[in-house]
Amino acid sequence: MKREPFFWVSISCGIVIMAFILLPLIQLLTSPSVGMLRESIGDRDVVRSIWLSIYTAGLAALISFVFGTPLAYLLARYDFRGKRLVEGIIDLPIAIPHPVVGIAILSVAGKNHFFGQILAELGVRIMGSVTGIVTVLTFVGIPFYLNAAKAGFEAVSPRLERVSRSLGASMFGTFVRITFPLAWRSMLIGIIMCSARAISEFGAVVIVAYHPMIAPVLIYERFEAYGLKYSQPVAVWLVSISLILFLLLRILTLHKVEEQ
Amino acid sequence: MIAIRGLTIDLRDFHLRDINLEIAENEFFILMGPTGAGKTVLLEAIVGLIPIKNGAISIDGRDITALPPEKRGISIVYQDYALFPHLTVLDNITYGLHFHKIDKRKAQGRLAKLLEVLNLSHLQHRLPTNLSGGEKQRVSVARALMVEPKVLLLDEPLSALDPGFREEVRGSLKKLHQTSSITFLMVTHDFSEALSLAGRAAVMNNGRIEQVGEIEDIFKRPNSAFVADFVGMKNLFHAEFKGTKALVSDLEIELGVTPPNSHGYIAIRPEDIVISRRRFSSSMRNAFPAVVTAVIDQGFYYEVRAQSGEVGFASLITKSSLIELKLRETSDVFVSFKATAVHFF
Repeated sequence: MKREPFFWVSISCGIVIMAFILLPLIQLLTSPSVGMLRESIGDRDVVRSIWLSIYTAGLAALISFVFGTPLAYLLARYDFRGKRLVEGIIDLPIAIPHPVVGIAILSVAGKNHFFGQILAELGVRIMGSVTGIVTVLTFVGIPFYLNAAKAGFEAVSPRLERVSRSLGASMFGTFVRITFPLAWRSMLIGIIMCSARAISEFGAVVIVAYHPMIAPVLIYERFEAYGLKYSQPVAVWLVSISLILFLLLRILTLHKVEEQ
Repeated sequence: MIAIRGLTIDLRDFHLRDINLEIAENEFFILMGPTGAGKTVLLEAIVGLIPIKNGAISIDGRDITALPPEKRGISIVYQDYALFPHLTVLDNITYGLHFHKIDKRKAQGRLAKLLEVLNLSHLQHRLPTNLSGGEKQRVSVARALMVEPKVLLLDEPLSALDPGFREEVRGSLKKLHQTSSITFLMVTHDFSEALSLAGRAAVMNNGRIEQVGEIEDIFKRPNSAFVADFVGMKNLFHAEFKGTKALVSDLEIELGVTPPNSHGYIAIRPEDIVISRRRFSSSMRNAFPAVVTAVIDQGFYYEVRAQSGEVGFASLITKSSLIELKLRETSDVFVSFKATAVHFF
């Protein structure tokens, strides 16, 4: 059978895109020598920044999980006036340029704003602090958790919850015994997406907190100060962590498809 | 037992208007009506899953209108089974025990009985995905009864099943109803289900109850054009079955096949009954002499009522046949219908 030209155009485009994504990443991962990688992971600044990245992203995901779960459930189960608006607001952080996020958060947390004054009274500092980093990362990451968890809850038939209620379970008991066991995979996917998004954030963090330094900021600083070669080893470590998260996500979503 | 007074509900898609209904203890009550009549809404309002605008629901004289679903002691079985997919059959059935203080030995006894009556013992450790429709529905019934509810609501429990399974689950429901003191309230649109299970029934339409009464009365004496049209079975008779024949008072009606039970009901649609002046010499296996008792104008058709001995038939004929046959009250006629036009259950 003779294939149409369109088929070959599609294949060629596919190859170009694959190369476009993979070539720079492979080049990055293979550039630094093992010695350089070992040296950079021995560097206390590097280790500290990577840890800071991991745990601030993790905290952002945890906060999203704790505060986002009830809202995601509410949006999945109830219809109310203004629901579309709420959903739009949730997606807003995805659309805003990253430095603008940082500026926006600083303008609320600043001394000229009543909210900033309350924070100052409470001894909470946003500018240049871990608190600030977590705040920014939660801001950019929470939409991913909310949307994934909401989709997970929507996939659980409300009838199952109704039957559970009629059999004597309270609303909370029903959530724990029925909804959560059926939606946990989506919630976990949401947590991973949220932390993956948070760990890769640079633009918003650099405005709010240049110090303490998260890994992307450190990479940027090394690039600015010493050039490409010195930023690469740190970048490799960060990319590896992101890839592990990504791999987890793929495994979980594949399982989900198989279950259905 | 269950008393519903002035129940009014306003949802975006459905509404109920001034529902009044009383169901006695251990009754098997049937709710019928076309799609969208509000049957499921009524059931879910009784369980407490839907906000009520007006009215009250009480059980055993206790007002439960303000109680959350888990405090009402009412179980519900859905058409699509709604089994918990992550729990085994056994865990599904015993789910409600987590929330009820029931003596362990008593619970064990009840479980054993339900597993036996519903023939589920061999499936206990399977997950719901691997079960047939009939098995799923039996699990769902067992789960609902395990908490010993005062009322069991069934929302078209048999309509998603294959005919063979339907018969089987219907039999189980009947048995469970007879051997317990639980009140059954079931939604169905299958008349043979209604006739074989229920004592009393209600017909709903457009958020209102059109008629409540003995099931036979609803079929034989519909009190509105809607109910008459909906049930559409004017010729409904209690019958004894003997071989391929049904005995209705002094008439022997040929069915062509042997029914499985010894007595039950037969029904013939009015449009399947032919009225003639002389005995029909055709394939009609059933022909009885009768006297016309009424001729009723129904627009495009005339309904002719004819009495044969103690049995009254209703038939639909066109205006031209009415004129041709010169039919009026007291005319002598023959009432004929095919054996295949007789439905039995």
